[in-house]
Amino acid sequence: MRAMQQPPSARTLLSVEDLHVAYPDREGRYGDVVRGVSFTLGRERLGIVGESGSGKSQTGRAILGLSAPGARVSARQLSFDGIPLLTCAPAQRRALRGGRIAMVLQDPKFSLDPVMNIGAQIAETLQAHAPMPARQQRERVLQALAAVGIDNPARMAGLYPHEVSGGMGQRAMIAMMLIAEPELLIADEPTSALDVTVQLQVLGILDKLVAERGMGLIFISHDLRLVSSFCDRVLVMYAGRVVEEIAATDLHRAQHPYTRGLLNCLPRLGAARHPLPVLDRQPEWAQA
Amino acid sequence: MIGLNCEQLRVVFDGYAAVDGVSFDVAPGTSFGIVGESGSGKSTVLRAICGLAPLQQGRVRLTAEHAVPEPGSKAFRRQVQMVFQDPYGSLHPRQTVDRILAEPLAIHGLGDAESRIERSLAEVGLSDGFRFRYPHQLSGGQRQRIAIARALILQPQVLLLDEPTSALDASVQAEVLNLLEALREQRQLSFVMVSHDLAVVTHLCQRLMVMQRGRVVETLAAADLAAHRVEADYTRALMQASEGFVRRAA
Repeated sequence: MRAMQQPPSARTLLSVEDLHVAYPDREGRYGDVVRGVSFTLGRERLGIVGESGSGKSQTGRAILGLSAPGARVSARQLSFDGIPLLTCAPAQRRALRGGRIAMVLQDPKFSLDPVMNIGAQIAETLQAHAPMPARQQRERVLQALAAVGIDNPARMAGLYPHEVSGGMGQRAMIAMMLIAEPELLIADEPTSALDVTVQLQVLGILDKLVAERGMGLIFISHDLRLVSSFCDRVLVMYAGRVVEEIAATDLHRAQHPYTRGLLNCLPRLGAARHPLPVLDRQPEWAQA
Repeated sequence: MIGLNCEQLRVVFDGYAAVDGVSFDVAPGTSFGIVGESGSGKSTVLRAICGLAPLQQGRVRLTAEHAVPEPGSKAFRRQVQMVFQDPYGSLHPRQTVDRILAEPLAIHGLGDAESRIERSLAEVGLSDGFRFRYPHQLSGGQRQRIAIARALILQPQVLLLDEPTSALDASVQAEVLNLLEALREQRQLSFVMVSHDLAVVTHLCQRLMVMQRGRVVETLAAADLAAHRVEADYTRALMQASEGFVRRAA
């Protein structure tokens, strides 16, 4: 897979070369779930698309160092702004995580702390990465909540996760991730648990923040249509490998049969096809 | 063939009307879709039909040329079966596929379990090898096939589908939708399908109803929706949303 040409103005923020993530099976033999993924990211919106089990989330987690215990992560290069992530000191990695690199997880119901109010959870990020007086901290929290389109930030800050809707919870999580002003945001299915209309609002907020702050964004999703309408560039993953890299606007001209199959099997409004075409998986897609 | 008629359904939970004045008619042998956001009451309508949610007002009845069972009876439950949204949560984790499929047969006192189970697995496109597996040994698509097999093993005439593909990948979704469509043709079933995905509903259903906050916004033919002939603003908003993200000019 050759990397796509990038405009010279786009400074490389993250560079990933030959990333492997392996987990042991019951007998202790390691099997790769991510097999040699390479890409570079500037200040742009990159989508990673694939089915469940394709290794897209594992790629995102490995960048942040959040692979599950027991994982073996290796790469020829995995660096963020020149810092080698796999060999740097654990303290440095910890400072990066949540500070300069942040991650929005899929389901606010499971990823927010149920026994802590939302304001306190957002403040926790600040305490870890930018300690400041309590009053100033409170102000920053309210600003962050306002930035993600919450009408009454003071009320929201006092609520617990079970008291808010899915869309509100997801906004709170985005506020939490953005308060430390990261340069790279990894969003793992940030809108999959939300209704279509709420989904668009949350995407609108993410889009605005990326544009205003010049953040890099990795948007992980199984929804090819959504990703192509939101991102600049798309990586399509299958069985732990990147099978195709393509500009989002060119998605309809995708070459790889897997990408084409994925696009083709979606029911479309106004274009009835019975039965729907299904993916005819070829063993060679999983090979190099 | 059996159809379904619902009149003025009203379901109240703790003073909150989750479903209010919902009426619709499903002609025998057709599919009817219900679309709406979470909290619109679309799943509650399905649950009210099969008796899982208490009806405060209104009436559910089956329609056919011959005599049909009354709601609440065992015979009604045999004719009307439901497939739930989440195949990860709706199958008993400690029962094998064989036991999961045997249970409805035991409840309804149907003999010949052995051959019925084999046949129903074959119908949903799974080999006999799956019979003694546990749900955790199956993929999401395979689990949803088992859930469909469990509903169909009683040979019902009406199938209630609550977001049958929303937990599945696009490629697996296509397989399950094709399976449902083939089964409906083979067995002349009537479907009531709930989904938040307009494209999925229009693919499978001839008519559909849009719900918002427990009420019906609009009932229309799928062909009208596909041709953008819609009346309500809310339906139009849903249609736009389903087309993906549109970046506003800065």
